[in-house]
Amino acid sequence: MKRGPLIPIIATLGFVFLYAPIISLIVFSFNESKLVTVWGGFSTKWYGELFADPQVLNAGLLSLRVAAVSASIALVLGTLCGVALTRFRRFRGKTLLAGLVSAPLVMPDVITGLSLLLLFVAMESLIGWPAGRSELTIVLAHSTFCMSYVTVVVRSRLADLDLSLEEAAQDLGATPARVFFDITLPIIAPALVSGWLLSFTLSLDDLVIASFVSGPGSSTLPMVIFSKIKLGVSPDVNALASVIIGIVALGVVIATILQLRRPRTARA
Amino acid sequence: MAKKPQIAADTRPWRDPNAKPFVRIRDVTKKFGDVVAVSEVSLDIFKGELFCLLGGSGSGKSTLLRMLAGFEEPTAGAIEIDGQDMAGVPPYRRPINMMFQSYALFPHMTVWNNIAYGLKRDHLPRPEIEARVAELLKLVKLEGYERRKPNQLSGGQRQRVALARALARRPKLLLLDEPLGALDKKLREETQFELVKIQETLGVTFIVVTHDQEEAMSLATRIGVMNQGEIAMVGEPSEIYEFPNSRFVANFIGSANMVEGVVTEDEPDHVRIRSAELGADIYVDHGVDCSPEQILWWAIRPEKIRLTREKPAVQAGVPPDTNMTKGFVEDIAYLGDMTVYQVRLDNGRYMRVTKANALRGDPDAISWDETVWASWSGSSGSVLTS
Amino acid sequence: MGELVGLVRLGADLVSAMDLPAAAAAPERGPWPLLRRWLVRMGITGRWAVILPPALWLTVFLLIPVLVVFKISFSEAVVARPPYLPLLTFGEDGEVQLTLHLSNYMFLGQDTLYIAAYLNSIKIAFISTILALLVGYPIAYFIARSSDRWRNILLMLIILPFWSSFLLRVYAWIGFLKNNGVINNALQAVGLPQVTMLYTDFGVYVGIVYTYLPFMILPLYTTLVKLDDALLEASADLGARPFRTFLSVTLPLSLPGIIAGSMLVFIPAIGEYVIPTLLGSPSTLMIGRVLWDEFFANRDWPLAASVAIAMLVVVVVPLMLMQNAQNAVVERK
Repeated sequence: MKRGPLIPIIATLGFVFLYAPIISLIVFSFNESKLVTVWGGFSTKWYGELFADPQVLNAGLLSLRVAAVSASIALVLGTLCGVALTRFRRFRGKTLLAGLVSAPLVMPDVITGLSLLLLFVAMESLIGWPAGRSELTIVLAHSTFCMSYVTVVVRSRLADLDLSLEEAAQDLGATPARVFFDITLPIIAPALVSGWLLSFTLSLDDLVIASFVSGPGSSTLPMVIFSKIKLGVSPDVNALASVIIGIVALGVVIATILQLRRPRTARA
Repeated sequence: MAKKPQIAADTRPWRDPNAKPFVRIRDVTKKFGDVVAVSEVSLDIFKGELFCLLGGSGSGKSTLLRMLAGFEEPTAGAIEIDGQDMAGVPPYRRPINMMFQSYALFPHMTVWNNIAYGLKRDHLPRPEIEARVAELLKLVKLEGYERRKPNQLSGGQRQRVALARALARRPKLLLLDEPLGALDKKLREETQFELVKIQETLGVTFIVVTHDQEEAMSLATRIGVMNQGEIAMVGEPSEIYEFPNSRFVANFIGSANMVEGVVTEDEPDHVRIRSAELGADIYVDHGVDCSPEQILWWAIRPEKIRLTREKPAVQAGVPPDTNMTKGFVEDIAYLGDMTVYQVRLDNGRYMRVTKANALRGDPDAISWDETVWASWSGSSGSVLTS
Repeated sequence: MGELVGLVRLGADLVSAMDLPAAAAAPERGPWPLLRRWLVRMGITGRWAVILPPALWLTVFLLIPVLVVFKISFSEAVVARPPYLPLLTFGEDGEVQLTLHLSNYMFLGQDTLYIAAYLNSIKIAFISTILALLVGYPIAYFIARSSDRWRNILLMLIILPFWSSFLLRVYAWIGFLKNNGVINNALQAVGLPQVTMLYTDFGVYVGIVYTYLPFMILPLYTTLVKLDDALLEASADLGARPFRTFLSVTLPLSLPGIIAGSMLVFIPAIGEYVIPTLLGSPSTLMIGRVLWDEFFANRDWPLAASVAIAMLVVVVVPLMLMQNAQNAVVERK
């Protein structure tokens, strides 16, 4: 079928819309001038300032730690939940579990954050744990909402997975636990990797929930960035953004190369 | 009921009333919610049989197979295998293996690991596993493919890996769900014979589910025809084809010309049926369990009808003017090995007649627009009361 | 990937190490069957080992918190730690007194600020969704109709920004939209007047569309890519012009994608806090922002809690019901 030029033009504009702000962000991170949008010559001084700022570095490390731990907890819980919801035909409370696990997907962050904070306050006064708001409370909060996303990923992968594979393993004498480790887990492993990465990113990205449940001295990177941005644009934020985008782009390129190479070696 | 041909020395266990069945299915019913998938099925299957469950989609044949494998529990009734009640026995504790319709080969394992999987679950010593896998690879002619992954195999090779894997634990009973369904026609015919050969060599009892009647006919020692969750008929392939017990079976297996008629003579040695649909009287040369004036059906296979240009002579033992009717050849389909004639009877109904093409380029063959007589013998058709 | 399969193997080996070979050879001996039978008798089977951890976690960190919010929304605010009074008080003669303060909810109904914020949130989310659909549909269509090789690259380009920080992507627009930002500098360079875009509703729309565009494009793409070319050809063959074909074939068949994409944009947009705060004007009322301010600026926890409960009832519950209905339809298929 013939195609008019309209759609390619709109699509091109769409991609410009997606990338222009990011590119300008990177370009101006190398700007000599403190006025972010006026070009004053090439410089890398904002990167120097960024890496000399202990607040940013500490927040960055904290965020990475929280993201890694939360993503791992979410992976385990979300996988169990996904298996329970797709593979167990009927059990008491199945509908409730399905509803609960999908709630964070539609619940605004402000409500999740507020409710968890109020829970932590109530728990502290009742049983003394968790004592105060800290890295721990952020991990608990992030694990909870990331778990929902892992469940979605695992559920859709399991729904696509030919049930007869698991039946065949059972038929060949494998107990349900063995079937899970021998057959299900290796096959859904790529989905688990993407579930973990998704959780990691979401945790790293979260500002609102962390703002509610963090305590003094446990500011995450988005919280630090947010307080900087609220004061207006500043070139060291641009530098930070460029570093993050660089890392992400590198990761995606590596992942793509690995993916492109895999089927070729398999076919050989 | 029609008389069955008698064989003097019978070795077939299902004809021996004292034989002990290997698989015993007793009044098994399976409901999914309100839907009855299998309804009060009873069936005995004997050691060494190659039993085919034949039926359309939704006939309950796959559900029955899955209950044997243990993936579904019967709602009512019992399944016994080798004298052991299977109720509550999970699939991984049953002395049964299954070959899945999709083959269900583990995509992340090599051919070798796929075949060895069941043996590893039995905790066999490594050398024995190796010896057995090698033996199986030889059996299914896949030596040299050990290290391939399923996605590097052709459809036929995958099918053979699935078979080898299912046979690896030396099951007493092998269930095969549409084993040849995913193969193309040519390969299917070749594989059919291989499957029968393997079954005979190993002496394993096979239960095959299929929707393909040709497959069932060529594989099976006996066929169970299923319809709407019930067993419509159980019998040897020739019994099912030549002596169907109902209109459903007659229509489902092969093609049949079927007419309704009224019994006018009901004698111990013959019956006479008047059929307005056929425009002729039918003389059947054996007794039928029916009453005068009863409405019943008569079915005849297309290859059992003769076509002649002249009115046929009176047959011995058949009253004149019965078992023949006049028609007009309206259409001919030449299929190579045989020719199909579409004959329009005087009352407007059609009759399908086939004739084997024994002669090459027969110049005297009946052609389009000819007026012909169709006739048949007193034992050619089946009288059906249901 | 190789390492990953290795890890899984390790897990499998651990499991097989656990079911002792002796017990496996003689299933009726050893402590394992006894333990298993005991657990089964207690009603604890392997299934519950799978179900219980996520179920307990969700109960403690999701269900109970919402109930706590519900409880606190009936409390009275005080200047204390925590800044609210308990519902249950114990009198001197041992009698228990339950005080429910409906004042928070009455306040929500009386003060037009809250109702306006709810309505405005819905309006902004709705308009943003429509805009995202208008921008996203042609892109999704373009990708779905490209050659296989391009398709994956373009899809990656759509997803890529999602993996970088959300906050920084919003931040990038500040530099773009502000009065002496990139766009206005460009306008001035060609002699056009400056336009105020930052700290307006327009800024909020741009921010929401930009942030959630991938969520609109991906479901649209999945339905459009399944569209059989033969359908379009058949429509053309039957005499329909391209636009007619689009209206009567493409659009109806991509409806599931349109619905899914719109939900994925609308749902997060409605409770959005960051985008209106950074790109909107101080008077851009959105409910997420109101809740935040009640909590952090005014320290009125009970009122914030009642805003949250109202938001749950008005916005989240209908969405969840809708989603459940959709899931039910999908699972039936």
